[in-house]
Amino acid sequence: MVSLLTVEGLSGLLFFGFIGITLAGAIIATSARSLIRSVAGLALCFLGVAGLYYYLNSPFVALMQILIYVGAVCVTIIFAVMLAESSELKQITSRNGLVGPLAFLASGILVFALAGLALKTEWRPALCMVNRGTVENLGQSLLTTYSMSFELISVVLLVAVVGSLVLARAGRDK
Amino acid sequence: MYILVLSNNLQTYLVIGALLFGIGIYGMVQRQTFIGMLISAELILSGASLNFMAFNRFLAPDPTVGQVFTLFIMAIAAAEAAIALSIIIAVYRNYKSIDTEDVVDLQG
Repeated sequence: MVSLLTVEGLSGLLFFGFIGITLAGAIIATSARSLIRSVAGLALCFLGVAGLYYYLNSPFVALMQILIYVGAVCVTIIFAVMLAESSELKQITSRNGLVGPLAFLASGILVFALAGLALKTEWRPALCMVNRGTVENLGQSLLTTYSMSFELISVVLLVAVVGSLVLARAGRDK
Repeated sequence: MYILVLSNNLQTYLVIGALLFGIGIYGMVQRQTFIGMLISAELILSGASLNFMAFNRFLAPDPTVGQVFTLFIMAIAAAEAAIALSIIIAVYRNYKSIDTEDVVDLQG
C-alpha cells in the first residue's frame, strides 16, 4: 500500500505524467497534418522517454536523450522542413482509402503481440550484479570493454557528416 | 494503491516500448512525406531503446550494457537522420516535392 501523499506516491504520479507525455507526443507526431507540428510532437515524445530513462536509474542517458534528440535531431528535422516545404493543400491526392485502416490493423496486431509476449513471459532477474550501473561504471566500461565500438562509432559519425554534406551540396549550382 | 508503484515494474516499460513501436509502424505506413516517415522511424528506434533500458535495469547482471547500447543507438540515429535529411533535400531540389507519390521514376 502506497499512499498518494508520500514521496513514492508523488513519484508514481509523475511517472504517469511521463507516460502520458510520451504517448501523446507519439500520437501527435504520427497524426498531425502539418510537418512542423509533428516534429513538435516528436520532441514532446522524446522528453517523455527521457523521463522514463530517469526512472530506470540512468540519469546520464536521460540527459543525453534530451541533448541529442530534442536538441539536435529535432532541430535538424525542423531545418529540413523549412528548406523543403511541402504544400499542405495537395496532401490528399490519389490514394487508396484502405491504407489508413490497414496500417492501424497491422500496427495494432504488432502491439498486441509484443505486449502480450511481455506480459505473459516469466522474466527472471539476474542472480548477482557486477556493478551498480552508475555514471562512473558507464564511463569505465565505455573506455575499456567497449572502446573499440566507441572508436568505430566516431568513424561512422564522421563519415555520416561528410557524406551528408556531399549529398546536400550536389546539384546546388543549378 | 498498487497502481502507484508501476514505475518499478518491468512489464510497464515493455508495454510502453511496444506502443511506441506500433505507433511508429502506423506512421511509417500512413505518412505521405519523406520527413514524416523519418519521424516515424525515430519513434520506432526510441521504442527499441526503451526496451533495452528496461531489460538493462531489471534483468541484466551488468547494468552498464544497456546504457552503452542505448548511447550507440542514439549515435546511429543521429547519423541516420543527417543522411536521410540531406537525401530529402537533394530529392526536393530535383523534384520540387517531398511527397512519396511524386518520386516514382523507377515505377514500372
